[in-house]
Amino acid sequence: MNRQIVKLFGFIVVLFAVLVGFTSYWAVFDAEALKEQEANKRPLLEQQQIRRGRILAADGTVIAKSVAKGQGDARRFVRRYPEGSLYGHPIGYSFVREGDSEFEQFHNDQLVGEESEFSSILDELRGGTQEGNDIVTSIDPVAQRTALEDLEAEGFGAVVAIEPSTGAVKVMASNKSFDPNRVPLELKQLNRNVIETPLLNRATQGLYPPGSTFKVVTAAAGLESDVIGPETTIDAPGTLEVEGQPLNNDFSEDFGPIALDTALTNSVNTWFGQLGQQLGNDELFETMEKFGFNSTPPIDLPDDQVYESGVYGEDGPLTARDPVDLARVAIGQERLLATPLQMAMVASAVANGGKLMKPQIWQRVVDPDGRVTDRLDPSEYSQPISAESAAELTTAMEGVVSEGTGTNAAISGVAVAGKTGTAETPSNRACGGGLDENQAWFIGFAPADDPRIAIAATVECTTAFGGDVAAPIFRNVAEAILNGE
Amino acid sequence: MISARNRELTALVPVAVLLTAGFAAVFAQEDTRLDNLSLIYGAYFLAVCVAAHIYLRIRLPNADPYLFPLVALLTAFGLVMIYRIDDSLARDQANWFVLGLVLFALTIQFLRDYEVLERYRYTIAATGLLLLLAPRLPGIGQQVNGAYLGVKVGPLAFQPAEFSKICIVVFLASYLREHREVLIVSARRVLGVTLPPLKHFGPMLVVWGASMFMLVFIRDLGSSLMFFAAFLALLYVATGRFSFVVIGMVMFTAGAWFFASTVPHVHDRIEIWLDPYANPTGSGYQILQSIFAQADGGLFGKGFGQGLITIPGTDNALLPAAQTDTIYSLIVNEVGLFGACAVVLIYMLIAARGFKIALLASDGFSKLLATGLTAVFAIQAFVIIGGVTRVIPLTGVTLPFISYGGSSIVANFVLLALLLLISDRARREAMEPGGRARSLGET
Repeated sequence: MNRQIVKLFGFIVVLFAVLVGFTSYWAVFDAEALKEQEANKRPLLEQQQIRRGRILAADGTVIAKSVAKGQGDARRFVRRYPEGSLYGHPIGYSFVREGDSEFEQFHNDQLVGEESEFSSILDELRGGTQEGNDIVTSIDPVAQRTALEDLEAEGFGAVVAIEPSTGAVKVMASNKSFDPNRVPLELKQLNRNVIETPLLNRATQGLYPPGSTFKVVTAAAGLESDVIGPETTIDAPGTLEVEGQPLNNDFSEDFGPIALDTALTNSVNTWFGQLGQQLGNDELFETMEKFGFNSTPPIDLPDDQVYESGVYGEDGPLTARDPVDLARVAIGQERLLATPLQMAMVASAVANGGKLMKPQIWQRVVDPDGRVTDRLDPSEYSQPISAESAAELTTAMEGVVSEGTGTNAAISGVAVAGKTGTAETPSNRACGGGLDENQAWFIGFAPADDPRIAIAATVECTTAFGGDVAAPIFRNVAEAILNGE
Repeated sequence: MISARNRELTALVPVAVLLTAGFAAVFAQEDTRLDNLSLIYGAYFLAVCVAAHIYLRIRLPNADPYLFPLVALLTAFGLVMIYRIDDSLARDQANWFVLGLVLFALTIQFLRDYEVLERYRYTIAATGLLLLLAPRLPGIGQQVNGAYLGVKVGPLAFQPAEFSKICIVVFLASYLREHREVLIVSARRVLGVTLPPLKHFGPMLVVWGASMFMLVFIRDLGSSLMFFAAFLALLYVATGRFSFVVIGMVMFTAGAWFFASTVPHVHDRIEIWLDPYANPTGSGYQILQSIFAQADGGLFGKGFGQGLITIPGTDNALLPAAQTDTIYSLIVNEVGLFGACAVVLIYMLIAARGFKIALLASDGFSKLLATGLTAVFAIQAFVIIGGVTRVIPLTGVTLPFISYGGSSIVANFVLLALLLLISDRARREAMEPGGRARSLGET
């Protein structure tokens, strides 16, 4: 019988090995997927017991904090947002039942103090409980408030302000905003509101035709590829026949042979349309992509809440190989769509001598003992244009503000460089389907000789032009930031 | 050379230290009374174990030195886990542990000549069946979660299946010892399959019937599986015919399948096993929460006392039956995959020692009894751990020596006593001059 006993033991060993295998599968290999399961409330319940870190504005204003409810084992923490809807975007919300969004979602691990398995074992031995870290952002509360109030006065839209040399996001405002404190009560209503879309961060998810602001990109591609120099003239008639349709200047004005500065100052469509055609697909798309088009912008927000900008075909952004109407892409029309964040990145790159820094909202992580455990190390995303081209482009953009379509953006005593944009969006359902609706834009930076802030401002569904409605918002926000420093 | 008993004593010390450390960890987590209470508990535990050890030293000086410390280790681990769930439950469990040791001692005292069991095998078999039947008897039977598992006589409540398994194994060992030759010799080949002789097949059918009976009337899929698996293991060891095992499995599967489709309780258990997500807040809640708790444990676990058992702020269970059925999930949750593997390893070591005893034993009854007891113990651990890890449908069987439950602790100490009785004799014979020590090794 001994032989059978040994075999039986072997069989028992196999059975136990199966147990170890299944346990490993649940506890380690499939653990991440199980934690994502809808039915699994464990991760949320556990997070609720941790004091989630605060989110602070650049000056220390508390944007989000956690308050304790209940006593002893029943103690749990609930999120509070003292500033209400001011930071609804880009901070988002975090609640056990409703989940989380935007900045709260992206920085979740730091906010709950998630650490590596080994350091949490050390914590355990010390008898400590897990505590969340605070995150200090670069958001300027005064400028943020200015941006949101200006938008609320003008209509739906967004403002993004970036410090060109570091990529630090100083303002990200989106109207209509929402009060995160009300999410536990009103999430369904907020989701159902398809006209105002308060949960949509228009700064990163609003895809709008950029209109003439895109001429900055076209000009950059021209300078960078040596298709034009600052003095190169192109004959700009009042009307150009492109793809069987006339492409007009405002009032069909005939400018004759002009160079870049005149063309940009007066936003001459026929000049930039021809430049686009001379550039060809490859050159224009290459520059666009270096500015960040056709990729998800590298900002610290969840990927699914940051949209790509580009020429949208039926299956998403087109590439250089796809046939497009280059003349109209060059002036920001055709199927070109861009987010306010993307256009702020364009302004920021030109302002920073051609170097595009990765836009980031966080600045530093502070642990519960007040030690700074991590600090943003500004990093370069790309260099779309040379310092020389950037300087030439800046000169031309200064003309826009000093004598062109963007005079409303001028700040006394400070040189401002910028570009207006007005894209016609007739029959836009979001605007109520009116025929005179425009998407008004202004992108720019100041001071032009030593840029400290680059801003994109846009307003949906307005009958006004970019220079009339968006340029003043730019000016107010830029002043708030420059005065605050 | 260190004697067997000294080795046992040496092994008990780290167990007591582990228990002390475990309680210290739980106290540190509750951080209300980090005093020397854990040391006192550790000392009590060590004292009780040493008392049992001294008893073994007198009564069974040659018995296997590792089984008792391994079992003490499981008990210590169980006590810490249960204390961490509810300290009043741990007090019960500690009392049962002492009661278990008393029965352990009594078994050793009165069954020194355990062959006497052979004489009463039919009485024992009848007792076993009666015990199984008891939960369905009016007046004393109790229904738990749709299964009839408990008996309550006056203030005394217990789960008879725990004791029944020992009776059935004793009967099978005795019966097979007598009939194994006949079963082997008179087996016939029909259509290329070796069939056991019909005449001796009757008792086998009785066991099969008992298993099916458990499925239908007790609705206890776990015990049914455990009993039948132990039966097949013994049948295989006794006859060496794998075909018998196959026939048995076919019979069990056919029967289980038939009843699964007719008895709603059994049917539900299997449906939940196959698709727990179908009703995640209802019938699938326990198994899903069991698995989620494991997912939360990871490699090293969250630490003693850190896991969530109830939803904070309420009394609603997040891990239902944490002190009994799903205690293994709580172990994975709090001490991680490594801790859980250690627990499985201890069960495997106990199985290894048990089968070693069977190998050393010289007579057929001892061999079969040791095999049967070890197999039923190991399979019980497999059935409940397999249940909470979704290897097999989840059923209400206890995790031996760890789960909260008096019947389980006491019955398993009786099982351990029988194993040590067999071991003492086998090793004594093996060590006698001219014995088989040289051919089979020392331990």
